[in-house]
Amino acid sequence: MRDTILEYIKNEYIDEDEADEIVLDENTPLISSGIVDSFSMVSLKRFLEKKYGISIPDDQATPEAFNTVASIMALVSKYVKK
Amino acid sequence: MAYPSVAQEAYQAELNAIREKGIYKEERYIHSPQAASISVEFPPGQAPRRVVNLCSNNYLGLSSHPEVVAAAHRGLDERGYGMSSVRFICGTQDLHRQLEHALTGFLGTEDTILFPSCMDANGGVFEAVLSDQDVMIADRLVHASIVDGMRLCKAMQDTYKHADMKHLEQKLQDHQDKRIRLIVTDGVFSMDGDLAPLDEIVALAEKYHAMVFVDDSHGSGFMGRTGRGVHEHFNVMGKIDILTTTLGKALGGASGGCVSGRKEIVELCRQKARPYLFSNAVPPPIAAAAIKVLEILSHSTERRDRLEENQKFWRQAVPEAGFVIKEGASPIVPIMLFNAKLSQDIARDLFQEGVYVIGFFFPVVAAGQARIRTQMSADHDIPMLKDALQAFKKVGAKYGILGLDKKGIIEKYGM
Repeated sequence: MRDTILEYIKNEYIDEDEADEIVLDENTPLISSGIVDSFSMVSLKRFLEKKYGISIPDDQATPEAFNTVASIMALVSKYVKK
Repeated sequence: MAYPSVAQEAYQAELNAIREKGIYKEERYIHSPQAASISVEFPPGQAPRRVVNLCSNNYLGLSSHPEVVAAAHRGLDERGYGMSSVRFICGTQDLHRQLEHALTGFLGTEDTILFPSCMDANGGVFEAVLSDQDVMIADRLVHASIVDGMRLCKAMQDTYKHADMKHLEQKLQDHQDKRIRLIVTDGVFSMDGDLAPLDEIVALAEKYHAMVFVDDSHGSGFMGRTGRGVHEHFNVMGKIDILTTTLGKALGGASGGCVSGRKEIVELCRQKARPYLFSNAVPPPIAAAAIKVLEILSHSTERRDRLEENQKFWRQAVPEAGFVIKEGASPIVPIMLFNAKLSQDIARDLFQEGVYVIGFFFPVVAAGQARIRTQMSADHDIPMLKDALQAFKKVGAKYGILGLDKKGIIEKYGM
């Protein structure tokens, strides 16, 4: 799951000319660092829902929950189990 | 108690947090009409100082133009001060329809509807013409008013990397199942000064049966050979389905905005767009002055030509002086400083040297992308810009950044 989400974020949010400057791992802040903003976050939510066959309620898709790949994995796991 | 302490304390804490982050916005009081050279009181209480203005959207220098001011006076004398009504009750004068026709002719579209501002145009148009069967695919750097307008609309939201046509194409492919696909972009991006590649965007729209929305607030009046906007620059006039723009920048600088484009879209806005339905008509003096602005611009390209000359001079002179700029083809020339505090310090010192600019940093621009945004005007002249350049050189030398590239500045000051 980790690599799948990291790969998506890299392709979806990081410009080719910035790819060398940004170190991306599961603890890299995404929202608070500006890599992903709240405006473009919706496509990440939709990707997760489609990929893992889940539905994340809007009130759970907060900037805090989406701030790192680690926190995203925790959120997804919560709904995959159900 | 009508104003409970819990609310007051919460507001004070929030204001303190804004101050502590260093992003508290302070207004500077201008003691003169808007122009290339203005008299500014800052900090409050200090005697006003005459400075070169490099941070207004007065691109064509029409904000205080004598003919525009005279037209506003005539509007005031002949049609009054305000309408005390929304447009569809008893707020539409001959002037409003005349201005809408003039904008349609100037922008090369099918029809136009005025809004109290372009913020309102962007706030109302998406909801009026799209449903939950549709998708809006926006450039990630579009203006905040577009983001807000999209949030008010039930259509699906998606975004593509800034000006990345490959990414946009991929998104258009992803959304072929939708009823309407609307590509959403600014014409000139206000923080970077670069242009949306509208020729490529229109080609993709045709290939994937999508419509195109452009907010040309920072392009109308001067981009393109006769100043019609970024769609003229890229030779795609008549192919933009929804064009929003403002009367608050190059086109007189007062207020007001519009949606211009396909006639059914404009007609639907007249029936459904909430900021149009529930907000007052543009005041008569503004409508009268805006008509005059379009008349001036239709008769002569002199002002946009002068703006282009100033822009060429500045885009060449600033890097030659040792600064890093963002490349582009608009009068918005960002001088890159990368570090937020450095952008604030340099803007403050430039004011003492007689140059009025503002430092921008995260969250207004991306983290590590702090800058001073300079904006050219047709009212600047080359000697004025040369003086401003001397001030930039003096302050740049003080901070030891002349000749440094991005890496050099970041090594010296950090992100």
